[in-house]
Amino acid sequence: MTYSVLVAEDEPNIVLSLQFLMKQAGFSVRVAEDGDRAIREIEQQLPDAVLLDIMLPKRDGFSVCEAIKGNPAWSSIKVIILTAKSREIDKQRALGLGADAYITKPFSTRDLVARVSELLQPNEQ
Amino acid sequence: MQGGVVVGVSFAYLGILFAIAYYGEKRAEQGRSLTNNPYIYTLSIAVYCTSWTFYGSVGRAAKTGLDFLPIYLGPTLVFVVWSMVLIKIIRICKVHRITSIADFISSRYGKNFALGSLVTIIAVIGTTPYISLQLKSIATSFNLLIGFQNPELPIYGNPFGIDTTLVVAIALALFAILFGTRHIESSEHHEGLVAAIAFESLVKLFAFLAVGFFVTFGVFSGFGDLFYQAQAHGLTQLYVVSADNDYGQWITMTLLSMAAILFLPRQFYMSAVENRDETHLRTAAWLFPLYLLVINVFVLPIAISGKLAFAGTANDADMFVLTVPIHYGQSELALFAYIGGLSAATSMVIVASIALSTMVCNNLVMPLLLRWKLVNLSESGDLSSLLLTIRRVSIPIILLLGYGYFRIASESYSLVTIGLVSFTAAAQFAPAIIGGLFWRGGSSTGALTGLSLGFLVWLYTLLLPSFAQSGWLPLNFISDGLFGIAWLKPYALFGLEGFDNLSHALFWSMFANIGGYVVVSLRGELSPIERIQGRHFVDVYDDTLGQNDSRSWQGSVTIASLQELVGRFVGPERAQNGFLAYAARQNFTLKGDEIADSNLLANAESMLSGAIGSATARVIIGSMIKGENVSMNEVYQLLDETTQVIEYSRMLEVKSAELEETSLKLQQANKRLKEFDSLKDDFLSTISRELRTPLTSIRAFGEILLEGQNTSDKERQQFLGIITKESERLTRLIDQILDLAKMEAGRMDWSMSNVDPTSTIEEALAAVDGLIKEHNIKLILDLDKSLPAVRADHDQLVQVVINVVSNAIKFCNHPGGIIRVSSRPGDNGLLVEISDNGSGILPEHRDFIFEKFHQSRRGSNQMPIGTGLGLAICRQIISFFEGNIWADNGEDGGAVISFEVPFAR
Repeated sequence: MTYSVLVAEDEPNIVLSLQFLMKQAGFSVRVAEDGDRAIREIEQQLPDAVLLDIMLPKRDGFSVCEAIKGNPAWSSIKVIILTAKSREIDKQRALGLGADAYITKPFSTRDLVARVSELLQPNEQ
Repeated sequence: MQGGVVVGVSFAYLGILFAIAYYGEKRAEQGRSLTNNPYIYTLSIAVYCTSWTFYGSVGRAAKTGLDFLPIYLGPTLVFVVWSMVLIKIIRICKVHRITSIADFISSRYGKNFALGSLVTIIAVIGTTPYISLQLKSIATSFNLLIGFQNPELPIYGNPFGIDTTLVVAIALALFAILFGTRHIESSEHHEGLVAAIAFESLVKLFAFLAVGFFVTFGVFSGFGDLFYQAQAHGLTQLYVVSADNDYGQWITMTLLSMAAILFLPRQFYMSAVENRDETHLRTAAWLFPLYLLVINVFVLPIAISGKLAFAGTANDADMFVLTVPIHYGQSELALFAYIGGLSAATSMVIVASIALSTMVCNNLVMPLLLRWKLVNLSESGDLSSLLLTIRRVSIPIILLLGYGYFRIASESYSLVTIGLVSFTAAAQFAPAIIGGLFWRGGSSTGALTGLSLGFLVWLYTLLLPSFAQSGWLPLNFISDGLFGIAWLKPYALFGLEGFDNLSHALFWSMFANIGGYVVVSLRGELSPIERIQGRHFVDVYDDTLGQNDSRSWQGSVTIASLQELVGRFVGPERAQNGFLAYAARQNFTLKGDEIADSNLLANAESMLSGAIGSATARVIIGSMIKGENVSMNEVYQLLDETTQVIEYSRMLEVKSAELEETSLKLQQANKRLKEFDSLKDDFLSTISRELRTPLTSIRAFGEILLEGQNTSDKERQQFLGIITKESERLTRLIDQILDLAKMEAGRMDWSMSNVDPTSTIEEALAAVDGLIKEHNIKLILDLDKSLPAVRADHDQLVQVVINVVSNAIKFCNHPGGIIRVSSRPGDNGLLVEISDNGSGILPEHRDFIFEKFHQSRRGSNQMPIGTGLGLAICRQIISFFEGNIWADNGEDGGAVISFEVPFAR
């Protein structure tokens, strides 16, 4: 089966690169440019993973993460935080909210793809 | 009755008085005080009842009925309701060893010499009419008695071949000298005198009651019969209170007598100075009013009987007490009545003359002698004989003044009227004393002014008219005023009419007195000594002032050392003056090598208290006395250290205030630093994020291209383009961050010159021309080419225009964008407006668009991505040019960014 990934990111060039990387890894990709839209996309159809920026317009990544992990119907969605916020305190906060991974920008493309794949297909390793 | 008998009885009576006084003093010496009991004290206060009461009340009652009563109403009110004033005065007299009313007032206002002298002069002049009244009554009664067969004998009967009144004056002067100035008392209490005066109060009471009983029950058969007869002869107006009588004067007389019982020099002397125990006042509070009541019971009956007995004849009602018994042939009763009148008169004259002579000596003559250096205190030995001489000379002078006034004025005045003139003079002391008791702000100049003004008004409105009515001054002085000026009429000053003479005088004198006292006190600054004394008087009940217990000092310090010691704190001159004044008050001589007694030590302590606070003063005096083994040098060293410590502590106080201020500033600075710190933190993390974003794209596409997997040529081209653009963005960002940091830190190199606005704007537009054309944006220029130069850095001003126009390019409509650039003179110099036809600025963003890293995400994807610093830099630049930059929305809804730069001068 094909896993679906939602990219929640407002920086166009980063969206472009993530879209390219996820498609190449064999996932289907949807894009949300702000936090509200990310939630709406999830409501429409549950993705298997979300690549979530924190500094999103309208509704920030922390709040989106909390909404996902706080909802029993959604909590199986893997949340990968992808942010320029490099402080430990932000990382702890995100993990505390139930995020599955915390990756700081700029990231290594290989590591990112490996990490997402690992979260989606743990037994196939 | 034989003149010899009367003379003999008179002198026998005076002899008895003398014996009583002698006995009283002996008892006091043996420590078995006769006068230290509340009844004697009350009777001694009854010196208030003079011959004026004894004869004058009946005279007044015979003329105007109940008008005699207010004179006794006032004292009753004071004792029953207002005894707290008297208690406070008594306490102060004890604590400060006050010897007279002059001493009291001068001590209260900083031990002021001028004030003491003025009070003395007012007291002497004010008492003179009163003394003359006593002389008149004694002489008249004496003449009446020896002219037994003929009550209508002229008053100036001439049994001795000279004026009887003069003889009486001389006799009383001798008696007063014998009585009061035999030796200088070591304490302020004169037990013999008090005992004699108390005895006199009993004699006059019984004499008056005897006459009253005789009239009521001998002549008439009881009060019922008496008043029936009075009614039958139409005398009811004497005792029926009706609207026909003028009771307006009652208030005046009550007020006057209230002042008199407190402030007549002899009353002050008897009730305050001679008081032995404050608790005696509790008895006096009811007993004295009772005494007044009893002595007044028979006033009306005697008056009525006199009116009835002498109906139709011109008999002097002032003498009814004597002439009624004579009329009914009661010679012994008449003699007793005469003795009663004599006792009333002598008690007043003796106490008044002694009190006044003490004042004249202590507050007038001695200070002058010292001031004029006629007495050298440090050399001359025993001064007590000098003091006695001064008092002995002043007594006859005072009595002769009274006689003089009698000759001038008392012919035309009744006893009561003369007495009231004196009362009004005594009332002048009220503001200074009562003010001084309850108001710390009263000053010596204020008291001097008030007393002087009040006294002058009294002279003008009461004393001088009494001379005029006797023919010693022209009568038209009263009717037409001084120099014929109507406003200066002594009985209608400044056109004030409708009052009786007394109320008129009291009103104006009190107006001037109180007004002068309060206004001058409020306008002036208090000297330290005035402040200290004010505190000691007003807060006399405050035990922390430590006046009383300091008396217990016993020590072996010489006076000279003590004075030197005090001088170290208050200055040698003030120490000298203070010690001399103290010596004069206490009637002893200062000898430097003598051991200072406890009083002097207490005095030194109170002087020291003024300079360094009572606690320290106490410690210093205490250490001086107790530390026998401590040498004087050590004490002085201690004192110098103390002075230094005081100075040091004052400096510390200042320093501590400064420190507090500094610490407050430090706290504020620290708070701001913390704020800066967190701002810096935010700034750094924001920069970090802003740098990471383009880096992320660059690295991601770089790695994608590096892997080379499954990328088409087209994609590769696109990704390389992105990498280039993001690199440019990164460069721009770094440049702008550096610029902004420099500007904010004030380390930017500005090259300011006079810059032509139009060419600068055109230059900036040329730089963005490519971008404008690329997006098919229509540029509308509206430049005023005649604008003067502005003061600016040319390159930076170009940068501002580029940044703002770039912003407009990003946010105008796409396609069909329009940008308008205009320049014209504004309120504060050059005004440039750059507007676009985009969708404008959201209201919630308007305040923030000039903040660092504020970025609207609504920009077109086709545009170079902004750094979020462009407008922040513009604001820094414009504010350096002392201009303004702001944002708004235009009429078409697009954004308008405007800035102003002042023209070059």
